[in-house]
Amino acid sequence: MPVTDARSPATGRRTPAEEAREPGGGLAVALWATLKRDLVLLMRRRSEVLNPLVFFALVITLFPIGISPDPQLLATIAPGLLWVAALLAALLSLDSLFRGDYDDGSLEQLLLTPQPLPMLALAKVAVHWLLTGLPLSLMAPVLGIMLSLPAGSYVTLAISLALGTASLSLIGAIGAALTVGLSRGGVLLSLLVLPLYIPVLIFGAGAVQAAILGDGAAAHLAILGALLALALMLAPWAMAASLRISING
Amino acid sequence: MWAFINKLRSPKWFYAIGARLQPFFWLAAVVLILVGTVWGLAFAPADYQQGNSFRIIYVHVPAAFLAQSIFVSMAVCGLVFMVWKIKVVDMAAAMMAPLGAAMTFVSLFSGAVWGVPTWGTWWMWDARLTSMLILLFLYLGVIALRGAFSSRDSASRAASVLAMVGVINIPIIKYSVDWWYTLHQPATFTITGRAAMPMEMWAPLLIMVMGFYSFFIAVTLMRTRSEILRRESNKRWVRDLATEER
Repeated sequence: MPVTDARSPATGRRTPAEEAREPGGGLAVALWATLKRDLVLLMRRRSEVLNPLVFFALVITLFPIGISPDPQLLATIAPGLLWVAALLAALLSLDSLFRGDYDDGSLEQLLLTPQPLPMLALAKVAVHWLLTGLPLSLMAPVLGIMLSLPAGSYVTLAISLALGTASLSLIGAIGAALTVGLSRGGVLLSLLVLPLYIPVLIFGAGAVQAAILGDGAAAHLAILGALLALALMLAPWAMAASLRISING
Repeated sequence: MWAFINKLRSPKWFYAIGARLQPFFWLAAVVLILVGTVWGLAFAPADYQQGNSFRIIYVHVPAAFLAQSIFVSMAVCGLVFMVWKIKVVDMAAAMMAPLGAAMTFVSLFSGAVWGVPTWGTWWMWDARLTSMLILLFLYLGVIALRGAFSSRDSASRAASVLAMVGVINIPIIKYSVDWWYTLHQPATFTITGRAAMPMEMWAPLLIMVMGFYSFFIAVTLMRTRSEILRRESNKRWVRDLATEER
């Protein structure tokens, strides 16, 4: 949040109310401040950042145990498994996206700033992606080796996850914003959000499959990018509306 | 248009006009569904490939139509509610949701029943089945979200936003599922009865579809009117109404 200069004009003509409305340095400052604040907060609670990654690794460990350790079988289902597990891991951390801010009241302050709420919410989602989606996509190739994912699809796996988890964070943030005011929003959140995740899952896992087969991965990645562009365009508005509902209710 | 929207602001007006319209839609629903059922089940010719089992489309297709239209109408109601804050519209959206979920379930179930003689299995990960299943989950999400809020106004607005988000996503989900299906499994089953249908099969289907729509409108009018009475029970005109009838 931008810290406004309290010792402003000596003329003293402006009322405190006017001063409060004065944007303290424009949108860029506000965005940067929101980004930095959220990054610092999350880096102080490292376990929250690490939990989705551990969950991802654990779920991937469960599949060979539950299905079969046969490398050939695992190789055929690896793209889907990796994608589903990463999706669930990203979902796991969504509930806390606005929860802390809601509990300590800083979300209300965010709503009161003169800056557009959709942009500020977008900054929060960007932090969520940086600390969840990006690490997940970097970690996925390692787990891919363990599932004997065929060679040549590792880069596609990482890129598809990086693109896809950004869309997942954006879509999921709408659900998180809708349920942040509810005491037990966690299960409801997954009910709201998972159906909307399906297109991303289809094209994400499809990209990896296509890379294994040897053609068409670029088309899938392009569609993932298109989905991301669409989500970037529309989701912030839905998020802002949902946050207003959750706060005013 | 504006006059109509302004009139909608008054639940009392809607209550009165609903009372007048309701009998027509009930009559239309009963007559059309009866005619369509008898014609479709008894007089329409059997399909040359599927035999009599194709007749399930007289329930399946109208239910699937309604399942999709109801979600769209819910989203339209949500938009109108968010823009003009018209309570009646939100009440209608709230009353539509369970019917829409029920219709989605009916179309899924009738599809599964039809699948047994035709495909030899209850469930196929067919593109249409899959996207209908996702639609069912979207309905359940909207209903659950509305139920989760303790404040009615927040519940209405949250459900409106979710319905609108859902309706933007429905075409995306539909096309991606279609593509997923063509990528993963070749379309071995084409639904023969549907592509080119002779008049004798098609006419009762149309009548059934119209009957189902009338049923939807009639039920929504009826349930919205009771919801108006419930939500406005502390208003004077509702009390007057209750004392009059006593």
